[in-house]
Amino acid sequence: MSEKKFEPKILGFFCNWCTYAGADLAGVSRLQYPPNIRVIRVMCSGTVSPHHVLRAFQKGADGVLIGGCHIGDCHYLRGNYMTIKRISFLQELLKFTGVEPGRLHLEWISAAEGPKLAQTVRDFTEKIRKMGPSPLKPAKQAA
Amino acid sequence: MVGISGEPGNFSVSVREMARYIDMEKCIACGVCAEKCPKKVPDAFNEGLGTRKAAHLSYSQAVPPKYSIDKAQCLYFLKGGKCKACEKFCPTGAVDFSQADQDRDIPVGAVILAPGFKAFDPTQYSAYHYANYPNVITGMEFERILAAAGPFQGHLVRPSDHREPTKIAWLQCVGSRDLNHCDNSYCSAVCCMYAIKEAVIAKEHSHDPLDAAIFYMDMRTHGKEFEKYYWRAQDEQGIRFIRSRVHTVDPVPGTDDLAITYIREDGAINTEIFDLVVLSVGLETSPGAMKLAGTLGIDINSDRFAQTSSFTPVTTSKPGIYVCGAFQGPKDIPQSVMEASAASAAASELLAPVRFSLARKKPVFEERDVSQEEPRIGVFVCHCGINIAGTVNVPAVRDYAQTLPHVEFVEDTLFACSQDAQGLIKDRIREHNLNRVVVASCTPRTHEPTFQETIKEAGLNKYLFQMANIRDQGAWVHMNEPEAATQRAKDQVRMAIASAAFQPPLREFDLPVTKAGLVVGGGVAGMEAALGLADQGYQVHLVEKKDFLGGHARKLNQTWLGEPIKPYLDDLVEKVQNHSLIEVHLNSGVTNVKGFVGNFTSTIATEGREVDVDHGAVIIAIGAHSYKPQEYFYGENPRVMLSLELDQAFREKNPLLTEAKTVVFIQCVGSRIPERPYCSRVCCTHSVENAIQLKEMNPDMDVFILYRDLRTYGSRENLYKKAREKGVIFIRFDLENAPQVEQLADGRLKVMVRDPILGFPITLEADILGLASAIIVKEQERLAQLFKVPLTNDGFFLEAHMKLRPVDFATDGVFIAGLAHFPKPIDEAIAQAKAAAGRASVVLAQDAIRAGGVVAEIDADTCVGCQACVGVCPFGAIEYVPDEDVCEVNQALCKGCGTCAANCPSECITLFGFSHKQIYSQVDEALKELEEEMEEAAGA
Repeated sequence: MSEKKFEPKILGFFCNWCTYAGADLAGVSRLQYPPNIRVIRVMCSGTVSPHHVLRAFQKGADGVLIGGCHIGDCHYLRGNYMTIKRISFLQELLKFTGVEPGRLHLEWISAAEGPKLAQTVRDFTEKIRKMGPSPLKPAKQAA
Repeated sequence: MVGISGEPGNFSVSVREMARYIDMEKCIACGVCAEKCPKKVPDAFNEGLGTRKAAHLSYSQAVPPKYSIDKAQCLYFLKGGKCKACEKFCPTGAVDFSQADQDRDIPVGAVILAPGFKAFDPTQYSAYHYANYPNVITGMEFERILAAAGPFQGHLVRPSDHREPTKIAWLQCVGSRDLNHCDNSYCSAVCCMYAIKEAVIAKEHSHDPLDAAIFYMDMRTHGKEFEKYYWRAQDEQGIRFIRSRVHTVDPVPGTDDLAITYIREDGAINTEIFDLVVLSVGLETSPGAMKLAGTLGIDINSDRFAQTSSFTPVTTSKPGIYVCGAFQGPKDIPQSVMEASAASAAASELLAPVRFSLARKKPVFEERDVSQEEPRIGVFVCHCGINIAGTVNVPAVRDYAQTLPHVEFVEDTLFACSQDAQGLIKDRIREHNLNRVVVASCTPRTHEPTFQETIKEAGLNKYLFQMANIRDQGAWVHMNEPEAATQRAKDQVRMAIASAAFQPPLREFDLPVTKAGLVVGGGVAGMEAALGLADQGYQVHLVEKKDFLGGHARKLNQTWLGEPIKPYLDDLVEKVQNHSLIEVHLNSGVTNVKGFVGNFTSTIATEGREVDVDHGAVIIAIGAHSYKPQEYFYGENPRVMLSLELDQAFREKNPLLTEAKTVVFIQCVGSRIPERPYCSRVCCTHSVENAIQLKEMNPDMDVFILYRDLRTYGSRENLYKKAREKGVIFIRFDLENAPQVEQLADGRLKVMVRDPILGFPITLEADILGLASAIIVKEQERLAQLFKVPLTNDGFFLEAHMKLRPVDFATDGVFIAGLAHFPKPIDEAIAQAKAAAGRASVVLAQDAIRAGGVVAEIDADTCVGCQACVGVCPFGAIEYVPDEDVCEVNQALCKGCGTCAANCPSECITLFGFSHKQIYSQVDEALKELEEEMEEAAGA
């Protein structure tokens, strides 16, 4: 099993109005990206609480990608400002707990930015692949 | 639209619907037709910079997302019946070459024209060589280059060699303010701003430091917050602004670069080489719109825009036909959106008596109470023809779903969205007593409403539904990895099922609406807004601080088109005072506000007496004031007058003015300075207008206008031209070299200014000094607090969205009109007032406001009253209840963003449909396999 190639597990929280729509556009445009991601649709990136992210890491996610509307484009006016605050705080917290803060990534992707969505998922998956499994997966590594 | 007959309220319009050769009902927007179509054509949406197929979607976010076939390019039509590749491959049989254009007659009560504009074709500027050199492009082409969905995915490249440019020039006023190359004497009003925006974004997209230079005549950033943007572009982004009209663009031999030779203001001649030259092309009316105007018989003005008056800015010369947007005159998005609401309000006034007479009611379906049942979930997995099934193993996903908890029934369907599949889903719900439905297919963004409607018809609460997106975010993006795509589909289905199990039925409820409006401010904007509401049949309370109606318009003589204001104003005041539905409260103010959209109660205080009025919506139109300068001897010397005082001097034939030999105007007094970093928008036109009047009164009079940038935007430019023709002398100055004024012994004024072209100081002796002083807003904070609406740094009311919602606030039911929003001339204030009345009537026209659904709720038992949620709610929907020490969500105001739920430290806030439980369960399910692996590993 240890010889099995490491396939990172990535969880995405995409806001309904921008990034989720951008992901749909990537599909319509048939842009290909690695299938390591699982997506949870949320109404706003501001809906994602620190607890949701921490739960993902607790459960063994290797990376968490949060996608929201560009600043000024938030469907709910300023939900994404909350997101910035929370994510930068969480990255600090992750560092403190020994998880590389780069495993949590925030990107603004609009409904028109299908190519950016595909590129972001590609780059993030590759980055996590290079980083290796999350340090919170001790059981697997012990085996 | 090919014809019209009848009269206002009862027109018949002939509409020609062009055949698209694809059945809209059957098209599922899978894109196979475009993929298989062999004919490539220049993509008009991308300004010809890329290609598309003859079978195409107009652009990637077209609504509705349905394909069409371009008859002029399609091989089937060109080659007489050959090809038909699209028909062969379309999975739903949507291609239909037998379609023909159809003429239909539609009965309508009113017509609104919004045909937009055509970008100027710069080919006729032969010295700019747009047609010859690939790296001379238009601003529209540059927009597409920068666009993420554009031909180069947003990479900044130039057309000739797809290399990233390091030096770009923008040339302003191409096809505007020009009677030599074209017939467009007017200013297109948007190009200065779009050039700055393009330069700023180009710098952001550029990998190397980009040298961006804008060549212009007058920098016209007269919109709300625009001046600050201009300053930032200059000071922070380092964009160069060069005041010069470029004569020629020359090629640089042996390269694709371009040389621009220009004369600086000081007379020096410079030559610079650029990689790319962007022509800031203006706006003009298209031949199609001109033809439409002919068909309808509406008047067109000398600039070839629809003829309107300042007092009825969205009404054409033909009753019952209204106009909005760039066909009314060149303008930007906020103004277009305002006019759109204004035009719909004008049409609503005409049609108010028959409101809802053609509306159809949705049938009501009885809802089964499932609250006491265990989840019984039905899962439907869609093949989408081969769109999903070509990559994802649909039967495997179906069989896998059967093994999951709470799943009672599974089935795969060819097209889940088809009529028969919808019927099937309804049957299965009844047969198997299902109480939740999960559909694994395309995206909830387009199809969730369809399926929700279906389960509603089968007696389920429409929220007992989840979708797993296994097409757009599955099969289509992992086309070469069928196994992994199938695994992802299984996971997404498992996540959707877990979330559905926790999904409760959601309640929607109706809140009654008080069909009355409150308008604060009795100036032109306030009165027009009040009249707009009353003419649609709603009771209005109009509150005015002073003891008369009319506001500052009483001090104005005429509009920029020369229409006298007094008769209009007298008529307006009379209509308002005599309207049976309008109650005017003079000497009054609003002192208290309770409630929310549809259900406000406000206290109006009139000379110490207070009354409470109920209303469903409010329009704030408190206007603005002129800045009283501390400088230039204003208030000390009677020869120094503000613009409005000059108007008064004209009215009263003040001998100081009528006998003056020299009049000097100073522009931007108090505007466009660090303390007040905005342009007051109306002052250039007002001074030019007054200067013309002076010249008409006494052609021998010397009239000087000292200005920084002359901002006679749109067709107002024609006034500037007229003033120059009449001999008014314009002298420019910079902020650093503002004019100096001294008083002479006889009371006249000595004005000293440095002429930037001559390069030395000029002294003028003025009999009258006109100061174009800033427009400022006062006493607005209290009202902003009462209605919980924000202000800009400059003190103006801040709307919900600067471009797209120019008269709304984020707080529902509260609207803005007139100068309290931003300085504007009377025609724009009237348009905005009509727009606000139109938007307010959207609230008032309803018998009830539907609330609930996906909204937040606070569990009072676990809430500790910390109020962390109150501050983060962008809509003011959460209030702290001190008596109970808890917070409460007003579900009528809640928009369902869930920011509060994420911020609540005790997780006592639930966003229905996206509850913490549902999100945690999705996280857990997404990573479940991993967890199992981890457990296994730990066990071993």
